[in-house]
Amino acid sequence: MWEYTDKVREHFLNPRNVGEIEDPDGVAEVGSIACGDALKLAFKLDENKRIKDARFKTFGCASAIASASALTEMLKGKTVEEAMAITNKDIADYLGGLPPEKMHCSVLGQEALEKAIENYRGVSYKKPEEEIVCVCFGVTDGEIERAIKQNHLATIEEVTNYTKAGGGCKSCHEKIQAIIDRVYAAEKPDNQPVARPKLSNIQKIRMIEETIESEIRPSLKHDGGDVELVDVVGNRVLVATRGACATCQASQATLKGFVEWKLKELVSPELVVEEVAP
Amino acid sequence: MKTIYLDNNATTMVAPEVLDEMLPYFSRFYGNPSSMHRFGGQVAKKLSEAREKVATAIGAEPDEIIFTSCGTESDNTAILSALAVNPEKRHIITTRVEHPAVKTLCEHLAEKGYLITALEVDSDGNLNMDQYEKSLSSDTAVVSIMWANNETGVIFPVERAARIAHEKGILFHTDAVQAIGKIPIAMRDNTIHMLSFSGHKLHAQKGIGVLYIRRGTRFSPYLIGGHQEKGRRGGTENIPAIIGLGKACELAGQNLTEENSRVRGLRDRLENEIFKQIPNVKVNGGRAPRLPNTSNISFEFVEGESILLLMDQYGICASSGSACTSGSLQPSHVLRAMGVPYTMAHGSIRFSLSIYNTEDEIDFVIDTLPPIIEKLRQMSPYWGSAQTACKT
Repeated sequence: MWEYTDKVREHFLNPRNVGEIEDPDGVAEVGSIACGDALKLAFKLDENKRIKDARFKTFGCASAIASASALTEMLKGKTVEEAMAITNKDIADYLGGLPPEKMHCSVLGQEALEKAIENYRGVSYKKPEEEIVCVCFGVTDGEIERAIKQNHLATIEEVTNYTKAGGGCKSCHEKIQAIIDRVYAAEKPDNQPVARPKLSNIQKIRMIEETIESEIRPSLKHDGGDVELVDVVGNRVLVATRGACATCQASQATLKGFVEWKLKELVSPELVVEEVAP
Repeated sequence: MKTIYLDNNATTMVAPEVLDEMLPYFSRFYGNPSSMHRFGGQVAKKLSEAREKVATAIGAEPDEIIFTSCGTESDNTAILSALAVNPEKRHIITTRVEHPAVKTLCEHLAEKGYLITALEVDSDGNLNMDQYEKSLSSDTAVVSIMWANNETGVIFPVERAARIAHEKGILFHTDAVQAIGKIPIAMRDNTIHMLSFSGHKLHAQKGIGVLYIRRGTRFSPYLIGGHQEKGRRGGTENIPAIIGLGKACELAGQNLTEENSRVRGLRDRLENEIFKQIPNVKVNGGRAPRLPNTSNISFEFVEGESILLLMDQYGICASSGSACTSGSLQPSHVLRAMGVPYTMAHGSIRFSLSIYNTEDEIDFVIDTLPPIIEKLRQMSPYWGSAQTACKT
């Protein structure tokens, strides 16, 4: 018997937001009946571009149902940018944790969310060069790599728990190990902060500019918004909002939840984003 | 809340009569049967009585019975013994649907260089006997085929298979863990060389197993130590468990008729009512010869663990062949071997009854289950489209 938290049990017994949405703004279906779990997620935005309704249908175990129920609750009231920032760990945390073998249920939730947002934006973030590593469950190297990075997975067993990859015929175990090794080889500097070369101010500003240009702007522009780098003072990143962002109620959340999160991830974890008056 | 226990292929309640029989041997008659004093000697006498009862239950002689710690130990001992006494042979025949006690051992032996033939089953769960006969060769050290399948209850023609092996001088072992107490077994009427079973599936305690070895069968022990079990299995005997098992075997003999009439009737009633009330269901192995107590039912488009946990809310205990319950990510190897489609395999539930189940309990399950399946199907992304597809 699995050790489910009371919150998982409660969401399983009384799932929130089961059903479909007529004419949804974003919708996606991930997983398959062959894999043992599948999730269909749909959301609808209100006039302020906030998620006013999120619904799901799922085929799966108790933790899959609870994860989907939790995700729909978490989505309500969020902007698409804020929703983008939800990770599988957030879903698991919302439920007070999931058994290690069941973490893939939370990953399924995150995948459905990503796909639903892609559907809403009409773009695909999935890189076409991604290659299927686990044939049994159709998991790509990109998916495995993301799960390893986001959840700090170190063993094949953990990768299986989170993505299902390697849980079938096991013939891909060598490939999974190679991905783990590759990620950690690349990440080494992160794990040893002392050895990390300190960014010079010039380098830092250049990286911030690049990140805003390539990672942040495209997303914001999709919603008719924009952001401009005004100055960098120590670790304070001063920005001004433009376009739809300037008048948007949610711009503060976007700055903290999306812009700052991206900069922390890609440039330096010490960075703080502040908005200056236009 | 009352517990409705329909998971008797997993384990069973220790029968009250069995427990009564065991209790004095914990603290009153605790002597070692190997001792020279009378205090131990009285225990030796009870041990040999229990051995006789166990032998009687399967139509064997007392000296053909070795007590072990569990079914897995018996299975391992039998197969490894057969390999040890046939060191020049490298081939093992088994089936795709064995319990892990045999299946995983064979996979392990394959890694060590043995050649394993895992016999196929058809969609009803019946063994491919043609493939079996063709697989037997002069290199075959042992055949190990279960008597009855733990998940579906499908019964294999092991006596016929053993006869064919016997004619070719090949050792034959059967894992009879699920068959004992449910169908008649008489070793004196067949040619099976070795047979394994376990106490806790027939209302004795956990931690006691039996390995039957036909007289004259070459044998190599697995646990080597003292002279217990005539040197065939070292280690001080688990006296209370053995005495309990003796009693349990005696009761099983008495209850065999009830098992095959009343219990079978309850099982059939459960299946029939589920069929009447719930669409898109299938009994796995339903057309094959089956144990009277087992029913493996697939509910299409829903997932087994969810069904189990919702039934658990009502105190109903069963098990599932779904991936989520097995701890692995793939559904039961038995259902996959039978070619049960994934839409069905993930939603499979095994009900396994015992003589302690009542009609009221079955009625309660019949009332409780349909709304549970309906609730989960309403939540399933496949159910709506399946309904539409069926109509068109």
